[in-house]
Amino acid sequence: MAIVRLATPLRKYSQGKPEITAPGKTLKEVIMNIDSASPGFAEKILENDEIKRFVNIYVNNEDVRLGDGLNTKVGEKDTISILPAVSGG
Amino acid sequence: MIVGLKCRNCGKRYPEEPVSICEDCFGPLEVEYDYEKIKESLSIEKIEKGPNTLWRYKDLLPVKSKVVDLKAGFTPLHKADNLAEELGLKELYIKNDSVNPTFSFKDRVVSVAVSKALEFGFDTVGCASTGNLANSVAAHAAKAKLKCYIFIPADLNLGKIIQTLVYGPNLIGVKGNYDEVNRLCTEIAGYYDWGFVNINLRPYYAEGSKTLGYEVAEQLGWTTPDRIVVPVASGSLLTKIWKGFNELVEVDIIDEVKTRVTAAQAQGCSPVVTAFLTNSEVKPVRPNTIEKSLAIGNPADGYYAVKVLKESMGTAGAASDEEIIDGIKLLAKTEGIFTETAGGVVVGTLKKLVENGEIDKDERVVIYITGNGLKTQDVLADYLPSLIKINPDLNEFNELLKKKTTVKEVAI
Repeated sequence: MAIVRLATPLRKYSQGKPEITAPGKTLKEVIMNIDSASPGFAEKILENDEIKRFVNIYVNNEDVRLGDGLNTKVGEKDTISILPAVSGG
Repeated sequence: MIVGLKCRNCGKRYPEEPVSICEDCFGPLEVEYDYEKIKESLSIEKIEKGPNTLWRYKDLLPVKSKVVDLKAGFTPLHKADNLAEELGLKELYIKNDSVNPTFSFKDRVVSVAVSKALEFGFDTVGCASTGNLANSVAAHAAKAKLKCYIFIPADLNLGKIIQTLVYGPNLIGVKGNYDEVNRLCTEIAGYYDWGFVNINLRPYYAEGSKTLGYEVAEQLGWTTPDRIVVPVASGSLLTKIWKGFNELVEVDIIDEVKTRVTAAQAQGCSPVVTAFLTNSEVKPVRPNTIEKSLAIGNPADGYYAVKVLKESMGTAGAASDEEIIDGIKLLAKTEGIFTETAGGVVVGTLKKLVENGEIDKDERVVIYITGNGLKTQDVLADYLPSLIKINPDLNEFNELLKKKTTVKEVAI
């Protein structure tokens, strides 16, 4: 199962844990599987079947918007990070 | 006179805490003020009697008590007649923020953020940086006696690495681009209780940039220019200058804002310019440019920057690497100001937009030069004349002058 690292506002869906594991062959499947266990999770980060504007998701440190988005393939040992969009350097 | 924080996206309100993200919609939080109260105590006279730093506008900044002050701000506004003539503009000014204590505009935001870190009781501050922020956070942390962790792309310009290391922070070079450094840093911020200036302190930090709006208005006799050209990385600076102008109206210091805002990016990393010109959402890109300080491929405030461009009826443009170098040289040769690559982007973009008629020659234009050329000397090495060498002998110098070519031509 993939490891999913969660930003602080999402940790209420993981009993406060900063990371959890979840099954799924694509990013969307992983998100929907977490949502089945913790309803409301998907709605928090997705809108109209797309990643919300202020949410960034990375699979193995790669921004999925630069690749296949929610269809990004996820392997057993992959790490997913769901983070807020903040920057300025 | 802060009321608290408010989500820019959904409007949900939060108390004044070190948080930057709305827990409902992930939107960015912004500081909210009681402008009616500010109006009661603020006046032009009060501002003009204040210190010659950004703290002359303390009433409009989110810091209550002690400030960490390296004397940033209130930098010169040059009337740039030579550059104006070169470009065919009637009235051009340069806001030269490269003369701040660590030689970039970042001292404004960091002075506010580190002051706020002290207010919140943090013992450690940090940031993800493309260089200028690293310099400034390290310096302000030293002054405030705070521990400091700074994360930068490992291949950053040598000048910026040295200018950070000298202040004694924990400097970590990450093998990746800024977006990767920033992603790592955002993850780290979720695990450690530190004050990251551009993450959990971001709502306060970003407010420091408003002073670049206040100062230009003050230096133009409490009016705003017809046009500003601003370098864009995350998009925060541009949106905050706009906020600064509009706040002056809100507190009755000026009557109106009729400024068209123009965004300047490097062609090799121009997600905001592209979104504006194609009327689409900001899409992340992989940066590929010599301009590293603006190389944010996934700009967090890009959406709001585009909104300001539209609201102000402004425009946007991008400069190629060659135009960036030419821009640096043109500014130095005409106005005696040596800027880093971000300044080259601004001058290069200005030149292009004047040439294609998007900026009218009659407009009163202010360009923001936000960083010092000494920070990125390495990019110029191949584009400047080589040194003329002679022996310490008067005849040899006379011979040199006698050559039919001028000294300048010999140099080239």
